Amino acid sequence: MMPDEVSSLWVYLSERPLTWLTVTVSAYALADRVALAAKRHPLLNPVVLAALLIIALLSVTATPFPVYFEGAQFVHFMLGPATVALAIPLVDNIATVRRSALPIAAALAAGATVAVVSTVGLGYLFGLPRDVLVSLAPKSVTTPIAMGIAEKLGGIPPLTAVLVISTGVIGAIAVTPLMNLLRIRDMRARGFAAGVAAHGIGTARAFQVDPLAGAFAGIGMALNGAATALLVPFFLLLLG
Amino acid sequence: MINALVVLLGFQLAGEVVARLFAIPIPGPVIGAGALAAVLIVRGGAGSEVRTVAQTVLRNLSLMFVPAAVGVIEYREVFAVYGLPVVITLVVSTVLALASTALVFRLVARS
Repeated sequence: MMPDEVSSLWVYLSERPLTWLTVTVSAYALADRVALAAKRHPLLNPVVLAALLIIALLSVTATPFPVYFEGAQFVHFMLGPATVALAIPLVDNIATVRRSALPIAAALAAGATVAVVSTVGLGYLFGLPRDVLVSLAPKSVTTPIAMGIAEKLGGIPPLTAVLVISTGVIGAIAVTPLMNLLRIRDMRARGFAAGVAAHGIGTARAFQVDPLAGAFAGIGMALNGAATALLVPFFLLLLG
Repeated sequence: MINALVVLLGFQLAGEVVARLFAIPIPGPVIGAGALAAVLIVRGGAGSEVRTVAQTVLRNLSLMFVPAAVGVIEYREVFAVYGLPVVITLVVSTVLALASTALVFRLVARS
């Protein structure tokens, strides 16, 4: 092919959703293979690896994000059905979940409170403006709930979305070394913490480590979504 | 596989409808998951087809977050403007939330 044929083919391909859908799935397949080869080392998180690969490709090809998302939206859409699928591990482990009702309730109360108070408290000490504080407060819960909270209380929803994703990545990377440091080997506790503190991305990490941890992470994510929606307005009221 | 897709999409759709009808601030898929769990508990568990698809989807849950993670570059100025304070707040509070959740869980589970 002549160089200008190659470039006109690229102009065509770069506008096709299929191209960016394929790129997204391929980048993840590669990232997941690397993560698996590294025995799921927490620093080699497949979400981060895949996103970095794609970001590099988008910047080299000068592709704007909306063009990329035309293709990637099909993968993004699967978050909905995947959330519904969380019902299956929950039901599979329902006996263990019932037996753990008390620790679940206590850990939820602790984790939800610490997540909101430490975030708003630290942000306040750093002198962050109020709209940024409000956007930060619900950062540990799943994106649609967090954006809803931020919007209702005068935050900036798109900023919240970025902070939520960043929190998920931080939690997914930190959870394994932190739990090892604290000598917590109980997969229920480890998974539940990942779901409460780091929502879906923490839950995704939990499912890649252990199915029971994944089931408890899903419960933690769902419960903290509700708890944080109640807590954030209350603590912002205290802050004045 | 088709039946499993009907179940997952159907419960998501039902969840979205319920969230909208009753103006519940919980996302439709979460309501759908709760409803599906309730149905499966009454039925005594999921069929093998639904289970297989759910397990495959959940093992690759990380994939579904990749587009949103790429989207963070759209807002890179957030970190440029508020920079270190926001990063420190995110890291410290996430570590504190993880630790307190797991420690309280173990403390209550043991007693």
